[in-house]
Amino acid sequence: MNTIEVKNLNFYYGNFQALKDIGIAFQEKIITALIGPSGCGKSTLLRCLNRMNDLIEGVKISGEVDFKDKNIYSKNIDVVELRRHVGMVFQRPNPFPLSVFDNVVYGLKVHGVTQAFRLEEIVERSLKATGLWDEMKDKLNSIATELPLEQQQRLCMARLVAIEPEVILMDEPCSALDPIATAKIEELMFELKKKYTIVIVTHNMQQAARVSDCCGFMLLGELIEFGTTSKIFTSPDNQKTQDYITGRFG
Amino acid sequence: MRLNPKTSQKIMRIVLGIATGLTIFILLFIIVFMLSKGIPVLNWEFLSNFPAKMGKAGGILPTIIGTFVLTLVAIVIATPLGVGAAVYLTEYIREGKITKIIRFGAESLAGIPSIIFGLFGFILFVVTLKMGWSILSGGLTLAFMILPTIIRTSEEAIKTVPYSYREVSFSLGATKWETIKKVVLPNALPGIVTGIILGIGRSVGETAAVIFTAGSSLRLPSSLFDSVRTMSVHFYILSREGISMKNACGTAAVLVIFILAMNLTAYWIMHKFTKRNL
Repeated sequence: MNTIEVKNLNFYYGNFQALKDIGIAFQEKIITALIGPSGCGKSTLLRCLNRMNDLIEGVKISGEVDFKDKNIYSKNIDVVELRRHVGMVFQRPNPFPLSVFDNVVYGLKVHGVTQAFRLEEIVERSLKATGLWDEMKDKLNSIATELPLEQQQRLCMARLVAIEPEVILMDEPCSALDPIATAKIEELMFELKKKYTIVIVTHNMQQAARVSDCCGFMLLGELIEFGTTSKIFTSPDNQKTQDYITGRFG
Repeated sequence: MRLNPKTSQKIMRIVLGIATGLTIFILLFIIVFMLSKGIPVLNWEFLSNFPAKMGKAGGILPTIIGTFVLTLVAIVIATPLGVGAAVYLTEYIREGKITKIIRFGAESLAGIPSIIFGLFGFILFVVTLKMGWSILSGGLTLAFMILPTIIRTSEEAIKTVPYSYREVSFSLGATKWETIKKVVLPNALPGIVTGIILGIGRSVGETAAVIFTAGSSLRLPSSLFDSVRTMSVHFYILSREGISMKNACGTAAVLVIFILAMNLTAYWIMHKFTKRNL
């Protein structure tokens, strides 16, 4: 089943067209990777899915992004509510300069959960879901920004998992991490996809090959090819995909 | 003739060192000079008694209270206005012509000599609005005077909060106001507090704007519509009218100690806050 379906999406930064007539569908509870060289529009596309691009000045958008069959760009959509269901993990780990506990409960408090026992319960569950509980259970009061980067990134995921979104968008979540930390985060993605639909933008083709089930290759604002990861990486239909995969450019 | 780079390096080092040393010396000299003249006058009676014979004898209790009350009124009025304006300017409207005009206005306002604020306050609050020489007139005038400082420092503080914090907050489904309340303001607080402290510093020491608007009554105020005399106005009058140079220096010393203590407290609060919550 498709959780998010993008139809005829065009996106402009001022006069620059960053996305050209994109059509793509993200299926439920699998990992879909978006790959392509820098500036191909993969991050822009990702940010269209929870309307984070709204925050940028002078952007224009046309087309449709359907989340559970409702166009998120139609007028009667509550963006705040949308972002509760379609959450995001950013390139650089960006916990708030608060305690571990306060980071995880941030979204919950915003959404009106206040009873202490509920919060504690969800913190435990979220930290367990992101594999942080054993390391963090005695350090819930330590300041999140002082943790190692890998733990910070896990914490960002825990903070997101706490509000139980349906979709997790990841914008190059490992690009600030070393290979060992990257491997751990990738393991976590496998865990998370049991419950969540994941879309990941990555620069790292090996990563896309390792973690994703479906894969889209983008170039200069266009979606060149989309299919199962095994097909894209072994027998792509398009010559450009073939060239990129084999490292001829990019 | 060209100097050997090594020689010019040495000379410049000495010149710059002298500039720094001289600055520190002048600063310390002023403080030590004022305190050495004033501290011998200080004792508990001086702080806790009412002045006698126009201030020639007795203490300065009403002026301490006057300074405190006036500053409090100014801060209570200026802080919500200033911080609110700063939040609006940085978070709600986009950088453009309007923000530039407002910022230019605020900066010009900050550069206006305080006596002009005094005259303005006198004409508007004291005369036109018939508030008379009062705590309210003086407090409002001081509030207007320190408003630009509070706006500017709060704006700078808000801008230093990383964009990524706002981004995450939005991505977790927070609204703009929730983001401001829970992420932006707490993180900008040390800077905002600095602005408020600067405002307090200006208010406490202000003379020209106050003498026109709050008057110079030596009685204890019983309402916001009573006139008060601040410490700075007090020693201005004591010295200008030749009443008592000794007591003027005593009052000045109290003011200097007060401002130093306040800055240290502010520094301490900020330090503590930054450690615990950031």
